[in-house]
Amino acid sequence: MYPNDFRYTKEHEWIKVAGDEALIGITDFAQHQLGDIIYVELPPVGKELAVRQSISVVESVKSVSDVYAPFSGQVVAVNEALVQTADLINKDPHGQGWIVRLKIKDKKEIDGLLTANDYEKFLEGLEH
Amino acid sequence: MSYLSLSDKDKREMLAATGVDSIDGLFCCIPDAVRLKRELKLPAAQSELELVRTIEAIGRKNAYSRHLSFLGGGAYEHFIPTVVDYLSSRGEFVSPYTPYQPEVSQGTLQVVFEFQTLVCQLTGLDIANASLYEGATATAEAVLMAQRITTRNRVLLARTLHPQYREVVRTYIKNLGLEAFDVPYGPDGRVDKDALGRALDEKTAAVVFQSPNFFGVVEDVQALSDAAHGRKALSVAIVAEAISLGLLEAPGKLGADIVTGEGQSLGVPVSFGGPYLGFMACKKEFLRQMPGRIVGQTVDKEGRRGFVLTLSTREQHIRRERATSNICTNQGLCALRATIFMESLGRQGLREMAWQNAQKAAYAAERLGSVPGVRRKFSGPVFNEFVVELAKPWPAVDAGLRGQGLIGGYGLEPAYPELKNSALVCVTELKTKDQIDRLARALQEVLS
Amino acid sequence: MIKEIREPLIFEISEAGKRAGELPALDVPVKMDLLAGVALRREIEGFPEVSETEVTRHFTRLSQKNYCVDMGIYPLGSCTMKYNPKVNERLAGLPDFAASHPLASEDLVQGSLEVLKRLETYLCEIAGMDAFTLHPAAGAHGELTGMMLIRAALEARGGARKYVLIPDSAHGTNPSSAHICGYSVKEVKSNEKGTIDVEALEAAMTDEVAALMVTNPNTLGVFESDICRVAEIIHAKGGLVYMDGANMNALTGIVRPGDMGIDVLHINLHKTFSTPHGGGGPGSGPVGVKKELVPYLPVPVIGEKGGRFVLDFDRPASIGRVRSYFGNFSVIVRALCYILTLGPKGVREIAEFAVLNANYIRKGLEGEYHLKYTTPSMHECVFSDKIQKEFGVTNLDIAKRLIDYGLHPPTMSFPLIVHGALMIEPTETESRRDLDLFIDAMKAIAREAKENPELLRSAPHAAYVSRLDEVAAAKFPVLRWVKEA
Repeated sequence: MYPNDFRYTKEHEWIKVAGDEALIGITDFAQHQLGDIIYVELPPVGKELAVRQSISVVESVKSVSDVYAPFSGQVVAVNEALVQTADLINKDPHGQGWIVRLKIKDKKEIDGLLTANDYEKFLEGLEH
Repeated sequence: MSYLSLSDKDKREMLAATGVDSIDGLFCCIPDAVRLKRELKLPAAQSELELVRTIEAIGRKNAYSRHLSFLGGGAYEHFIPTVVDYLSSRGEFVSPYTPYQPEVSQGTLQVVFEFQTLVCQLTGLDIANASLYEGATATAEAVLMAQRITTRNRVLLARTLHPQYREVVRTYIKNLGLEAFDVPYGPDGRVDKDALGRALDEKTAAVVFQSPNFFGVVEDVQALSDAAHGRKALSVAIVAEAISLGLLEAPGKLGADIVTGEGQSLGVPVSFGGPYLGFMACKKEFLRQMPGRIVGQTVDKEGRRGFVLTLSTREQHIRRERATSNICTNQGLCALRATIFMESLGRQGLREMAWQNAQKAAYAAERLGSVPGVRRKFSGPVFNEFVVELAKPWPAVDAGLRGQGLIGGYGLEPAYPELKNSALVCVTELKTKDQIDRLARALQEVLS
Repeated sequence: MIKEIREPLIFEISEAGKRAGELPALDVPVKMDLLAGVALRREIEGFPEVSETEVTRHFTRLSQKNYCVDMGIYPLGSCTMKYNPKVNERLAGLPDFAASHPLASEDLVQGSLEVLKRLETYLCEIAGMDAFTLHPAAGAHGELTGMMLIRAALEARGGARKYVLIPDSAHGTNPSSAHICGYSVKEVKSNEKGTIDVEALEAAMTDEVAALMVTNPNTLGVFESDICRVAEIIHAKGGLVYMDGANMNALTGIVRPGDMGIDVLHINLHKTFSTPHGGGGPGSGPVGVKKELVPYLPVPVIGEKGGRFVLDFDRPASIGRVRSYFGNFSVIVRALCYILTLGPKGVREIAEFAVLNANYIRKGLEGEYHLKYTTPSMHECVFSDKIQKEFGVTNLDIAKRLIDYGLHPPTMSFPLIVHGALMIEPTETESRRDLDLFIDAMKAIAREAKENPELLRSAPHAAYVSRLDEVAAAKFPVLRWVKEA
């Protein structure tokens, strides 16, 4: 279910590293919890972020969720497709539903992120 | 008198069922040290008859209704069709809660949907919310909204915007790093366009003005909007006298980005200042930033049309500290009254009411202006209020008029120290020619 | 079976030439060049044209689609949907009050000013506070005002500080009000009893914290028994305690917030004091304060001078105006009438029987529904859908099925700390018969959840519409009627 080449956080973000940049989105679990997503607040390109700072806000019909920067970096690109079709996140959370691409500031911060295995175990432990 | 519905038998049996041996036992979790050990010091209970006598006696201490009054200034006395009271007092409208369970609240929800539509039609803008508290807080909400949209921290407030509205804006923005500057008015009683031009800059989030303004003068909405847009600021038009929208061009068609204000004129009694009816409409693209509840149309499982509260993720109960506002209630019953009012008067009726307001005020302005010692203060066009400057100090004139059973107007000096001996006179469709003539004669006498 | 009464929108009934309201003919000479040079509208496009008969039928039929307190139990937790006395409606509408103009000089409106002053006095006594302002238009507005007062008081003491502590069980208006005052919010976790974790609070309380916003009883309907200790902790480090008085219905005449260490609170007249909810307002959210905060109260303050009521604007330390004029006056009249009707014993009976009724329901449903916190309930009890979840039924399904029983559902999914919550507050005006009807319906639904879960998931079946598509409403917003091209 959860791609092995991705990394994850306990806040249900996934990270796909490619060189010194990484794509970030929210996991299938998160999109399922949120329900039908109707709006995504995207950050401006160029914005600098500290780890754990809010990068984006994802709104569904009944709730709102922050997406946090899993590591410090700078916004290189945002998924413009989400402006018109926010529910891409529901339909393809690990692919077309990516939210931002961040330039990684310190590669060491990536090492602390969860593997697919860690994340799946973490999900099992959660009270649904 | 009690509104409980429990007999002594009920109370005994229910206590037994809950396994507590006395009413007092229900409060065992409250620390004894803070328990109130005496009866509250309140007047003894009254039966309905006694209550009516008590309250009516307090009411009689209001001498206001025994005078012929020409007061306006943000609270307007208008004709209210009897159906407004009658229909809005139905228990099915009065006693439910906010329509969070739409399947059992379609009445309330449809009323609000109609209200939103009517507000859009009146203001000439795309979307409206389910109402806000009243005009002053609505103005403050519009200012905060402009800040969110433009991310700028300066607002320009016309000095001709209701003094109390400007005060409330200042209270609201105090702790949010926003600054407000007053823009002066000219001899025509309108916003001084040159002063506005000089005050506008790239840090201005919005130009906030009222039309008709506090002096009753109709502003040049298009020019003010153009000036604001020239600096990429928002044009926020405040309407305190909603009936004016029956005659004046919709501010939304004259460049306003947000139109907000007071809907009290639409079927809500002046009632010593509240509850009133804030309304807000804005351009489509600002939907996400608009505060307050919104009702939307949808369908049920079988495709039947229905209405629901929607886009609640802007609101406090979900977004919490990131909400567009902390507002929770709208003004349900007041919005209902306004909806019945607008639908009763309808397209022709509201226009005619507005027209009569303007005609009667024009007549009064001429009639009073021809009284020796009375001068029309501002040259700008007026809707149903105008400012007169008197040859004697206003308090003396006011007292003289009062002696004849008249409240001639609202003295402006406290809010506008430069307007000595000036008063704001309001004339709605309720005033007859005889009543206006009576004011003129009384003024003549008092000033001679 | 869905009740098929489709009521068109007024715009769909409208046809040119009809009118419901008429004015007398103009009696002044017509000015031909009226408002010359001003942009006038040609017409009010889209505004409806209907007769009075049509208006009356339209709104009468619409009203019939609403459930309301006048029909039956409306057990929304934290909303206090008690009976709205009818005589209060009549008295609030007395011409002497309805016609009194807010800009009239004080001597002409002594009756209206007396109403305001009297309610302030009685609320001080009931809440144990030193002064009240009746300005705020609603609870949330009261919260905002209260937080502004706290900020002003702390600034006068030496510094406004940065944070406000809020329990994780709090209503959403609490953090958003704090935010508008320029404060950042720090959440305090609840313990396993559902009350504030005192140790966590002590750890969180620093001299950068301005205040704690507390609801008591809290949103679980549980009394914060450690409230005095909590207040001490806050006060010891120079902070103030704000109480959200939404749940005052559990306390009237039993205990007073002012005696529990509360410095500022707001009260909801449309909850505790029986003024109607009106389908979403108007309410009124008076704010009570202790002496220290009196100088900061919003203007004007109602004073007394030489036996008359006066408007005091000379308040240099005031936070300013928080609204136009004086408050939601006709709502205030109703609350005054209510207190005068009940008297001291009656006011105490509010809490006594609100708590009895809630506990009666709790006893009736224990075992059928899951109770996350076993601490004693006050005026409301919070169950969850945990048991029914095993059959694929959620609190939403339970709520929608209650509609088929002719009853209004309880508050759902709040507080956030209880997943699948069902917050039930009957209030003191419910009869035993109505309480039993509710309990029996809930028991029947618990059985149906086991035996026929699909019936619940597809409910309601007996309303005017079946479940509405709220997703579509948010995804494709249609927020007004538009004339078809």
